[in-house]
Amino acid sequence: MKEEKKKNIQAPWADLKLSNEKLIKIYRDMLLIRRFEERAAQEYGKGKIGGFCHLYIGQEATGVGAIAPLREDDFIYTAYRDHGQAIARGMSSKGCMAELFGKVTGVSKGIGGSMHFYDLSKGFMGGWGIVGGHPPLAAGSAFATKYQGRDSVTICFMGEASTNQGVFHEILNMAMLWKLPIIFICENNGYGMGTAISRAMAGEHLFEKAAGYEMARGAVNGMDVIEMYREMSVAIERARKESLPTFLEARTYRFRGHSMSDPGQYRTKDEIDEYKKRDPIETFGSDLKQWNILSESAIEKLEEEIKAEVQEAVEFADASPQPSIDVLYDNVYA
Amino acid sequence: MANITYIEAISKGLWEEMERDKSVFLIGEDIGPFGGAFKVTKGFIQHFGEDRVVDTVLAETAILGAATGAAVVGMRPVAEIQFADFVTTGFSQLVNNTASIHYRWHVPCPMVVRLPSGAGIHGGPFHSRNPEAWFFHQPGLKIVAPSTPYDAKGLIKAAIRDNNPVLYLEHKRLYRHIKGEVPETDYIVEIGKGDVKREGRDISVITYGSMVHMALEAAEILQNEIGLSIEVLDLRSLMPLDTELIYSSVRKTGKVLIAHEDNITGGIGGEISALINENCFQYLDAPIKRIGAIDTPTPYSPPLEEFFLPNTKKVVVALKELAAF
Repeated sequence: MKEEKKKNIQAPWADLKLSNEKLIKIYRDMLLIRRFEERAAQEYGKGKIGGFCHLYIGQEATGVGAIAPLREDDFIYTAYRDHGQAIARGMSSKGCMAELFGKVTGVSKGIGGSMHFYDLSKGFMGGWGIVGGHPPLAAGSAFATKYQGRDSVTICFMGEASTNQGVFHEILNMAMLWKLPIIFICENNGYGMGTAISRAMAGEHLFEKAAGYEMARGAVNGMDVIEMYREMSVAIERARKESLPTFLEARTYRFRGHSMSDPGQYRTKDEIDEYKKRDPIETFGSDLKQWNILSESAIEKLEEEIKAEVQEAVEFADASPQPSIDVLYDNVYA
Repeated sequence: MANITYIEAISKGLWEEMERDKSVFLIGEDIGPFGGAFKVTKGFIQHFGEDRVVDTVLAETAILGAATGAAVVGMRPVAEIQFADFVTTGFSQLVNNTASIHYRWHVPCPMVVRLPSGAGIHGGPFHSRNPEAWFFHQPGLKIVAPSTPYDAKGLIKAAIRDNNPVLYLEHKRLYRHIKGEVPETDYIVEIGKGDVKREGRDISVITYGSMVHMALEAAEILQNEIGLSIEVLDLRSLMPLDTELIYSSVRKTGKVLIAHEDNITGGIGGEISALINENCFQYLDAPIKRIGAIDTPTPYSPPLEEFFLPNTKKVVVALKELAAF
């Protein structure tokens, strides 16, 4: 691969009009997600974070590559493995860590926890804890912006297991029928909790589930942030200019268990190691070095910066107050 | 004032709100050219266009989820679930997603779910349900159940203007059986406020929806037969409940019959009874009585359905028992 690339006269992103700053931002976002979550895992081990915590480690390219080409007035819906997308959307690591700690300074004021991050000001519409529960909401958002005459786009992440819920088909049908400006990004990490997709899905090509609705569709290498960016740019253009939906299957892999309590006995170490060789951050980092966008020392500097940012986030979360019991009854109704 | 049916009152309320506010739109199955299963939205698509009268595919989860998603970005959707029974298909959307949005995000979720409810039209087991108790248990949702054309119009308008998700229970048997005076001017019936439909001294009937009319008939019969003075309290709003009105009526009469068409066990009458026990025990002169459908699925056969449902005669019997206590 390396040798082939050296022969290339063009960088992998040459067709994309990406500035060096943007390329570095993409790399930095992925690295920040990785370090943020590694630290979250440690804090979970220390008992600072409770309940359920699903890490995105390994899938960073999918979220960052999908979100990077969006505009500020676009909307994002996602499922319960939502830390990565939130950080990619620019939600502060402090607010995200504080939410994991259940603190009032958290992005959902300690009410939501790991699975329910939210920030309307950034169009980040959650964080939804029931598999297959949120795609109808995303369709509603796309319907509303179209109705209101805005050219905003809604993107909806979902895990591959959610495509087995009946509502998946309700929504794909509706999105195509109504020509909604929406992009469904199915993050296929191969496992619905501990069940391999081969044991859960009839048929081989997940993205072809959209064929019955004659929706634009395809599979993307979700371990390659630039490929994600490229395919998303096409889909976003289609949504914004033609008001048409797209279904993208992003083939990715999570390096950690389904959640913190998953010993991962349903897959082999060899399989995990094989995917780790395709680590999306390392791959992209080496591309950036090769094309002289980032030097080794610049990467080290970024690492330092991010380490400090995550440390600050943990200190902030730790020092933040718990929500007051007084607010428990507030906001049940508007 | 116009003398119109219950169903016309709902349609008029919807129409006026759509004229008033462009963020209001309708979404549901066959509500467009077909005009809705019960014709509540007949003529709407011709006037408001298909952008605002959105015919959906047969998919209740999608309808309720899409309405919720649209509501949080500035719309005021009114979803029609063809028969209240079918709302079960989209149950998770309402109780998990819709109901928790404001609590978690502090963002209004202004949507109305219209639920044609109730039995007595020989609809059988899947077209006759009263769904209120399923949702009464879920904080974050409001529930209203009008019994008259006046309340039907005032409550649909209030529901649309409310910043919370409101389930609007419209009783199918009342649609064309009940007529009443309805102002042509703009008015709302405040959500959370009950209404004393008949004043009385001896016994309070606490009720809503179709049972209001049976309670009123029973009160008239007993007044004429034995001079009993029955108060009929129409809750109109089930969540929130007008507890002050309930308690003041109980304090006055000391005897209570709670009547709903929904079946007894786990029905909201149990909760109302508990509230009265907790707050008005010293005023009670008799055990609280409840009347409702019996605890079976809804039978189709007309004689079986008649036996299954509460009716005026059964209300009269229950009230006589209370009077004799």
